Amino acid sequence: MRALTAIVLSCLVFVPIVQAVEIDSLLEQVKAVGPKGSGHVEAQQAVGELSQADRDALLPILTASNDANRLAMNWLRGAFETIADETLKSGGELPQQELEAFVLDTENTPRVRRLAYEWLAKVDATAPDRIIPTMLDDPSSELRRDAVARLIDAAQEAEETGEKLVAHANWKKALEGAVDEDQVKTIVKGLKEHGEEVDLVQHFGMLMDWKLIGPFDNKEMQGFDVAYPPESELDFEVKYEGQLGEVEWKSYTSEKTDGEFDIGELDANHKGSATYATTTFDSDHEQTVEFRISTQNAWKLWLNGELLFAREEYHRGMFFDQYRVQGTLKPGENVLLLKILQNEQDEDWAQDYKFKFRVTDLSGRAIRPANDRQAVR
Amino acid sequence: MQRMILGLCAVCVLMISTGADWRQFRGNSADGMSHAKVPTNWSDGAPLAWSAELKGRGLASPIVVNGQVIVTVSSGPSQERLHVLSFNAESGEQQWERQFWATGRTACHPKTCVAAPTPASDGERIFAFYSTNDVVCLDLDGNLLWYRGLTHDYPNASNSLGMASSPVVVDDTLVVMVENDADSFTTGLDAATGETRWQLDRPRAANWTSPVVMADEEDGSLHVLIQSSKGMLAIDPRTGEETWNYQDGASTAPSSVVSGEVVFVPSNGITALKASESNPRVPEIVWNEGGLQPGTSSLTAADGRLYLINRGGVLSCVNQENGDRFWQLRLKGRFSGSPVIAGEHLFVFNEDGKGFCVKLGADEGEIVGTHEFEETILCTPAIADGAIYVRSDGHLWKIAQP
Repeated sequence: MRALTAIVLSCLVFVPIVQAVEIDSLLEQVKAVGPKGSGHVEAQQAVGELSQADRDALLPILTASNDANRLAMNWLRGAFETIADETLKSGGELPQQELEAFVLDTENTPRVRRLAYEWLAKVDATAPDRIIPTMLDDPSSELRRDAVARLIDAAQEAEETGEKLVAHANWKKALEGAVDEDQVKTIVKGLKEHGEEVDLVQHFGMLMDWKLIGPFDNKEMQGFDVAYPPESELDFEVKYEGQLGEVEWKSYTSEKTDGEFDIGELDANHKGSATYATTTFDSDHEQTVEFRISTQNAWKLWLNGELLFAREEYHRGMFFDQYRVQGTLKPGENVLLLKILQNEQDEDWAQDYKFKFRVTDLSGRAIRPANDRQAVR
Repeated sequence: MQRMILGLCAVCVLMISTGADWRQFRGNSADGMSHAKVPTNWSDGAPLAWSAELKGRGLASPIVVNGQVIVTVSSGPSQERLHVLSFNAESGEQQWERQFWATGRTACHPKTCVAAPTPASDGERIFAFYSTNDVVCLDLDGNLLWYRGLTHDYPNASNSLGMASSPVVVDDTLVVMVENDADSFTTGLDAATGETRWQLDRPRAANWTSPVVMADEEDGSLHVLIQSSKGMLAIDPRTGEETWNYQDGASTAPSSVVSGEVVFVPSNGITALKASESNPRVPEIVWNEGGLQPGTSSLTAADGRLYLINRGGVLSCVNQENGDRFWQLRLKGRFSGSPVIAGEHLFVFNEDGKGFCVKLGADEGEIVGTHEFEETILCTPAIADGAIYVRSDGHLWKIAQP
């Protein structure tokens, strides 16, 4: 009996101690978790204690998540959801006002705001109607997606009731916020019914103008790590020895309405070859962007001479925004260099030699070059 | 004799320690076999005890741990949200849900999804694994114990078509295959902390197979068998050290199955292997049968027989001793999920959502009942506590007498 009493008392004492004294320290321990299992033992102890805190820890966890690394964000999310879940199951209330303020503050990290929103919506049925319609231009892709979805619903409803002007207006407004391919396709279809064509290349910010040089040798897939001359110099006047003789830079513009840049069609589809593609992208300020690439071919990407990513995979499908690579554009002209490689597979499904390439902000919104002489049409 | 008893004991521990649970892909022994008594009267369709709605996508098998049915789901426009859900096995009521943000690539073929690998459990912890190579470790109440992002750690560890290998937990080690065309490896994570115990470079080739566990009949030690396009590698789960290596190639889709001291590998048809006494580094080929060609579904073993489904949807029953075929039975449709067996009946679900209850006879198999779930089903079912659990993207069903 004494033992039981001691356990109960220790539990009662433990919670306020966690809340009052240690929350910040626990948050820092969790945030110190790093790649390859580093910091796990300490973070594990901390997240265990943190998960036992009460609802007063919820906002500090959200705030701490703002600048946490991607792994630590998940550790913190685990603690947040445990506390929020336990609070509701035990009949408690979530701090609704604070959660809503956190959602509305766009200085907070988009995905953390979304977490706050989802828990707010669980306990406040009016929150979605109050918050989501204002999110069409929000930095959070998830919140924006919900706003677009409402407009799509409204457009479809208006179509059904024959309110053509209302439908058209809602389709148009929805397109302003839409970045996800599925939503854009729905909107494009809706607008087409009103006789309006959407330029998807423009909407998604596909880069369509590239200079190409090739083929260089990639027989038996040996060319991936061979640094051919364009990797060390971009001189468009110089000719080089390629796989089949002398090669030189040539300019191409793709006219594909879906944004594809098809090397096989525009130039040639040499089996076991490597081709370099380059273009420039002007930025009016320094900014972190995502380069979103789709291709079935192996590739390497350089930004202003710095290798950003290399991917040696052939013919495993081509999907919208298949790869997302972060980079920082400098003010002024930025040089993009893409090495794209074809292997020697002979199956019908392994013949594509093409890519899609666009520049977006971190939420997927197209970023257009700062002047119109650049590659976006 | 003493060594053989040790080996048998190890197998028994592997099975008995799991009680009525179904803790990983194709069950505790990864052979798709259960001793549970489940409803086999499907003449009016399968008896459904309950169904629960799922929001998102998933083809991971449910697992059953300590009265909870654990299911993983992925959601969002690019499936970047990872869910782990717990349902009360008795009532179907959702007990808890935890969500996380994928740290790896979510790209995959439209047919599959990010919640493709089946989670695993050691009875105390749940290990949820996704195509993004995120690993979530929770306790049975949903409290986060640790989180790893293996593509976050190794950015080229991914497959544009999606990953699907399901992990196993053995000797306090979670064995996770992250095998693909680029940065390809298999790793052993400390089940308690998530720290890396070992990591093996593996063939650079897409691989959707799952590891299986085999007990050494001599000393009772457990070995994890890793299948790839190169063959089959047996390793010590605590260290990753190679025990034996079979190098004559193997399939990268259907997984092997272990029965006693023999592993049946989809290699050049089916090849039966066992540890060799003369050369412990190279397994002995017990038999090979080139005419046995499994499709996507993995192999299942029970009572001295081996079961496989080919690309045409034909179920074969094969003698484990020599590879001779006892009988064949044409099912209907295409199968991504693998069959499971309870007693004298086999259960499998085709991609169109049709469930089959097949009576396994000595000389023939007989379809004794079917059930139309009317949703795409790509998963392998789970069997626990007299029930069969199966899921689609949208639903989890419990097949049991209500």
